[in-house]
Amino acid sequence: MAYSSKVVDHYEHPRNVGSMDKDDPRVGTGLVGAPACGDVMKLQVMVNDDGVIEDAKFKTFGCGSAIASSSLVTEWVKGRTVEEALQIRNTEIAEELSLPPVKIHCSVLAEDAIKAALRDYMTKRDGADQAAASA
Amino acid sequence: MVKLPIYMDNHATTPVDPRVLEAMLPYLRETFGNAASRNHAFGWQAEEAVEMGREQVARLIGASEKEIIFTSGATESNNLAIKGVVDFYQSKGDHVITAVTEHKAVLDPCKALERKGLRVTYLPVGQDGLVDPDDVKKAITERTILISIMAANNEIGTLNPVAEIGRIAHEHGVIFHCDAVQAVAKVPVDVEAMNIDLLSVSAHKIYGPKGVGALYVRRKNPRVRLTPILDGGGHERGMRSGTLNVPGIAGLGKAAEIGRAELESDAARILALRERLRNRLHVELDAIYLNGSLEHRLPGNLNLSFAYVEGESMLMGLKDVAVSSGSACTSASLEPSYVLRALGVGEDLAHTSIRFGLGRFNTEEEVDFVADLVIQNVKRLRAMSPLYEMAQAGIDLNSVSWVTGN
Repeated sequence: MAYSSKVVDHYEHPRNVGSMDKDDPRVGTGLVGAPACGDVMKLQVMVNDDGVIEDAKFKTFGCGSAIASSSLVTEWVKGRTVEEALQIRNTEIAEELSLPPVKIHCSVLAEDAIKAALRDYMTKRDGADQAAASA
Repeated sequence: MVKLPIYMDNHATTPVDPRVLEAMLPYLRETFGNAASRNHAFGWQAEEAVEMGREQVARLIGASEKEIIFTSGATESNNLAIKGVVDFYQSKGDHVITAVTEHKAVLDPCKALERKGLRVTYLPVGQDGLVDPDDVKKAITERTILISIMAANNEIGTLNPVAEIGRIAHEHGVIFHCDAVQAVAKVPVDVEAMNIDLLSVSAHKIYGPKGVGALYVRRKNPRVRLTPILDGGGHERGMRSGTLNVPGIAGLGKAAEIGRAELESDAARILALRERLRNRLHVELDAIYLNGSLEHRLPGNLNLSFAYVEGESMLMGLKDVAVSSGSACTSASLEPSYVLRALGVGEDLAHTSIRFGLGRFNTEEEVDFVADLVIQNVKRLRAMSPLYEMAQAGIDLNSVSWVTGN
């Protein structure tokens, strides 16, 4: 199958590969997919005090389209607020990367990954707020 | 400098040997006759070429030339063998034995028979990928009319104990078909010594052209009979009607002749290349696993799982190298290879498998180039694999409850 030039570019030059400390209260981590399905994405965001995503990192086990989808998402979320990042839809990812129908699931997984990371961050934040309130 | 791209997918198909092409050309040019034309020189020359091809194929497998039927390829040979025998001997029984790791060209005809009410036993294989002859023996009933077991597997290159299975088949008076497409001209195959009654051959897997193959059909001890699939002019002793593919047959014959003459030297050289590749990868990479028996294996086959690196992303990195992946991530179902699953390879590892198929025209320089590229890509992709990171941190991946969206 021929890959789009954007998929190839992200595959060859993935943006923001890496890991952040998942115990850091500013960091949200999402881990989605399963090895048996051939796709696992780990996506992390670091959110500053203003609710803006300052940094994002990913690691992906999966085909070129899965790597490209997660790489692209890390680029997109940087500089956005948590609320804005929650608006990212898989269809935008698929469109940007010109994913063929059999690879749409890669973009779905990337959307799941970013949502899972943001949810993890929000759970931590709300937990901290409650802890602060009850202190 | 090595010439790119490199072809290392010789189980899928092989390049036509220049000597084979030379043998074919006259029959595409001046000697274009129909082998069935009995009353002029064009026909006689064509017939001569066909008969020579028949002899060359027969000699490769220890048969008599009268026992070779030409077909369009292995899919047709397998269909003709399985459906032809089952139809002809339907009064004798209705049970067929095969194995789960067979090629689709055997499994799908068997499924078609099941839809017609026949019973098919699909034998499991061991972790080494081999069929156990004892399992064959136990599966035979009074209603069994055919056993179809491949000689060499197309994905993992494992070599079944064909001689033993043949002996068991004959002891029980059951016809034995062997899909030997990957085996002939690569390892010794002898229909007499192995008690094979029907054997499928394809030209393009042995450095011949695509679109031509053969079926060996035993003529005595026992005489095997078939109901043809194609009805028509009664060519090939009535078993396969249709004008003979004379240039293709000339090519198949030449490929068989070369394959027989050079089997030992080819096998030794290709095995050395394969071992060079295997050793390089094992020295430089951790967590890689060989799929299928090392001992009972085609010289040119290397099927490895590179844990934590998904197969398709590997192939993308090996863009100047033609190899194939055991995971079919191109389908919506994301199903990994049924052959690897049959060996008990977990779905996670099945997704990381790559098949290297070395052949007659591969060189040491190519092997070194491929080894370097594979090592570089595995390291790069592991550096971005969350699974490798988790495994390095001592997390048991089987203990993780994975979140799957749909």
